[in-house]
Amino acid sequence: MLKRTPELNTASMADISFLLLTFFLLTSSIDTDQGITRKLPPPQPKDQKSIDIKDRNVLKVLVNKSDNLLVQGKPTNIRELKETAKLFLANPGRRSDYPEMEEKIIPGLGKITVSKGVISLKNDRGTSYDTYIQVQNELTAAINELRNELSKQRFGVAFKDLKNPGYIDAISKAVPVSISEAEPENIGGN
Amino acid sequence: MARFKKAGGRTVPGINTGSMSDIIFMFLFFFMVITTIRSSTLLVKIAPPKASEVQKLEKKSLVSFIYIGKPIKAALGTESRIQLNDSYATVGLIQAFVVAEKQSRNEFDRKVLTTSLKVDAETKMGIVTDVKQELRKAGAYKINYSTHKRDAYTTR
Repeated sequence: MLKRTPELNTASMADISFLLLTFFLLTSSIDTDQGITRKLPPPQPKDQKSIDIKDRNVLKVLVNKSDNLLVQGKPTNIRELKETAKLFLANPGRRSDYPEMEEKIIPGLGKITVSKGVISLKNDRGTSYDTYIQVQNELTAAINELRNELSKQRFGVAFKDLKNPGYIDAISKAVPVSISEAEPENIGGN
Repeated sequence: MARFKKAGGRTVPGINTGSMSDIIFMFLFFFMVITTIRSSTLLVKIAPPKASEVQKLEKKSLVSFIYIGKPIKAALGTESRIQLNDSYATVGLIQAFVVAEKQSRNEFDRKVLTTSLKVDAETKMGIVTDVKQELRKAGAYKINYSTHKRDAYTTR
């Protein structure tokens, strides 16, 4: 006759796994890492000459230490910044005081007009980080919306739903992230 | 005669708890997968700003973190401080930090290393600008301003 092995007592198994579960619950934090992604420019060479950019091609955005916004010399509410930036970059009416548009051939899109406009962002050392992020956010929103419009027009889907890396690349080239941050200057006070 | 009653009377059968552990293990694995264990304890208070145009950071292993905020210990004052790994640092240590972070990754991952700036919303831009300048010098160009998600402004 076969000797039968006694069954393992698994009653405490649940307790042990509960213990593990609570341990992981306590030590971990569900913080999804998300944020606004940017690419910093390489350091400026010392002997670099200043590049001349036409005045019409630059949208000057200034944030002072009291978190006030100045766009093209005019005080602006942050809620209007996105529309201003979109109008500036797209230049739908081809106005002569808005940026020049350049004909370019981009693989995947063919001939397309690309804006030469650059958004120049300058902030004070005393500007709060929150305001800075809000400004960056609105400018990113403007670019994202322009990309979406172009993507819908050409490929029928929103930019973030594009799967083909070639298409993503083409749209990114047609609407570049043209935000330039001024080199910090040491201004007296803080 | 037939016996109708068993000796000892009727007993309620016990609930089988054999599958209980399986269920709990399933929970456990679920939590292990979706959560991240913070590798360093925070020495600074961070309440990140909120933004609508957020992107998710794809690979956790390719991200290094820089924390900037007010110290948690009140004795250290309210001046914003930088935290690298597990200690307070100065702006001058950032380049060495980036080099160390690069060295701990393999050859292919170094180029796609992202620096996540976890900065308190109330911080002044001065210290953030200094950090960004150091990152440029160190060649860590890909950065991510860590934020929470909020809805976009409604257009009128």
